[in-house]
Amino acid sequence: MELTLEGISKKVGAQPWLYDMSLAPKRDAVTVLLGATQAGKTSLMRIMAGLDTPTQGSVRVDGKDVTGIGVRERNVAMVYQQFINYPSLRVADNIASPLKLRGEKHIAERVQSLAARLHIEMLLDRYPAELSGGQQQRVALARALAKGAPLMLLDEPLVNLDYKLREELREELTQLFAAGDSTVIYATTEPGEALLLGGYTAVMDAGELLQYGPTAEVFHAPQSLRVARAFSDPPMNLIAAEAVTLGVQLNAGPALSIPLPAVVSKSLTTALTVGVRASALRLQARDGDVALPGMVDLAEISGSDTFVHLSTAVGEVVAQLTGVHYFKLGASLTLHLSPVQVYVFDATGALLVAPQRTGGH
Amino acid sequence: MARIDLDLAHSYQPDPRQDADYALLPLKMSFADGGAYALLGPSGCGKTTMLNIMSGLLAPSRGTVRFDGKDVAQLSPQQRNIAQVFQFPVIYDTMTVADNLAFPLRNRKMPEDQIRKRVGEIAEMLELSGQLGRRAADLTADAKQKISLGRGLVRPDVSAVLFDEPLTVIDPHLKWQLRRKLKQIHHELKLTLIYVTHDQVEALTFAEQVIVMTRGKAVQVGSADALFERPQHTFVGHFIGSPGMNFLPARARGRALDVAGRTLALPPGLALPEGELKLGIRPEYVALTAAEDPAALPVTVAQALDIGTHVLVTGQCGELKIKARLNPELEAPRCGDTAWLRVIGPHTCFYQNEELIP
Repeated sequence: MELTLEGISKKVGAQPWLYDMSLAPKRDAVTVLLGATQAGKTSLMRIMAGLDTPTQGSVRVDGKDVTGIGVRERNVAMVYQQFINYPSLRVADNIASPLKLRGEKHIAERVQSLAARLHIEMLLDRYPAELSGGQQQRVALARALAKGAPLMLLDEPLVNLDYKLREELREELTQLFAAGDSTVIYATTEPGEALLLGGYTAVMDAGELLQYGPTAEVFHAPQSLRVARAFSDPPMNLIAAEAVTLGVQLNAGPALSIPLPAVVSKSLTTALTVGVRASALRLQARDGDVALPGMVDLAEISGSDTFVHLSTAVGEVVAQLTGVHYFKLGASLTLHLSPVQVYVFDATGALLVAPQRTGGH
Repeated sequence: MARIDLDLAHSYQPDPRQDADYALLPLKMSFADGGAYALLGPSGCGKTTMLNIMSGLLAPSRGTVRFDGKDVAQLSPQQRNIAQVFQFPVIYDTMTVADNLAFPLRNRKMPEDQIRKRVGEIAEMLELSGQLGRRAADLTADAKQKISLGRGLVRPDVSAVLFDEPLTVIDPHLKWQLRRKLKQIHHELKLTLIYVTHDQVEALTFAEQVIVMTRGKAVQVGSADALFERPQHTFVGHFIGSPGMNFLPARARGRALDVAGRTLALPPGLALPEGELKLGIRPEYVALTAAEDPAALPVTVAQALDIGTHVLVTGQCGELKIKARLNPELEAPRCGDTAWLRVIGPHTCFYQNEELIP
């Protein structure tokens, strides 16, 4: 289905919760709402569902205005952070409930096949309280899928699960979404989760919709500093800089040879910000690299990567290195970066230059 | 501070008969004085049971808990002199931040001038100095949890500080800061810290030694690089790393290894026991290679996902799935392509009955 939000805003009392925004999530695909807590993700989803009405603006479904129509009159499936099931019904009846409501036939077979897709077919005779958190959320997801709704809203559905379980379930969900024909809206606070879900991403911050597009595109070309901050984990390294003849001069650091777009007015280039992703900093130098010497503050290890925090002349920076590396606290270390891998933002925070890309598509 | 030795088993049932009846299978484990440890595993693995036995909230159904050689199995947390930090803030809302931090010290009748000094130090480390005079009730959830951490760390004379998933309620952006803080604090205070978590980043960053647990058993005790490079058990390979290690059923025949219907060549110097085993390789070490490479398998690319810093490729090889985390600077294969993925190299591990072949 085609969902269109036009000029939506929401005030609660005098307090604005959502500022004027328009969004047309790609139909029958996944759109991730990415933002920190309080960004407005849940408020926006409640408006999409028909649980709340916007203060201004309209919601359209397949071109038809549904702004004032409540959730019961719409065909929407929702899954929340908390595992919500009917406690007095067995798993099979939990999954069957939307099917029974619609008076469908072959309910037992449908329940079987949904349960099999979510790997809970051996739990059909149990009650929700007898299940682990991960199993309970699988039941809630199976019930949402049983609804066969053209619009599925998932509000941080995996946040209360162990990360391994999250990994497994996220992968299964991605496959289910790809195979289905629902428009899916998925809220998360984690940039990494947005990237793993693929699809499209809408970046939100403090009640504003900042940018919408294919997930990888938004990640690689954030239109503003605010998007770059919201869509990076570890946080993008941000370094004050100014424009010079050959490119940009990092404050208290080296100059980088980067051609700036000619159209940029002088007033916007005096206070530039250079953004460097943690993964763009390397231990080995390559031709044309710029060196950033510093002192190790801490090395964090994620299992697959090591994140080194370094105090340098341009401030503290974080580098992401593949695998497990140890560094003594206080040790000297030099990181290297290529000028073609940095972002440059102007004085207003708008993107001027994004890194050149070679691989992935 | 104390050295802690465990030699025990625990079952919540009165008459355990089989392994599955135990929350903790019989184990021996030592925690050095001043060390930083993490108990890492999925829910239900026994890590919280182990923590509660150390703190004195739970008596083991058999065996001993020794603090500096003295059996404390029947003593309360107060008698053991343990400080604890829980998932959710445990603080007095009506008190100021300073009084909250001072509370455990006043209970122990520390002189006021020493209390002020220590509270000042802890507040400085946790960046709470500016808020010392404020009422705890007025602070955000994050700041409240910082006070909880401070209350756990404030007493210099504790046997150990036990943390039970202390960063669960913290926003991802702030978690970075607090993980760093805890590591620095361990460096400065030299307390014995034991930290329970299901989050690998917290465990691997914080601890010098990580105890990986599953089904009531500690399957590996080791440093971060040992867990990453040489998982002793397939569970460790699976649990550490995102995504975890690839495991491929294989059969060894002399110098050859049969995997997924192909015969691969083993590197010189590697001897494997004949018969069924599992090949383990991390997605970070799977590489694209030329067709017919004798250390590689042909796969059909089912997914090539740009995850920003890398391209995550899922390859289908018959019934097997192989994940590869590839450098984004290289041309990534496209969905539907046939690609050759190298799975045998210096980082490949082999497993028999789920245990690493040394």
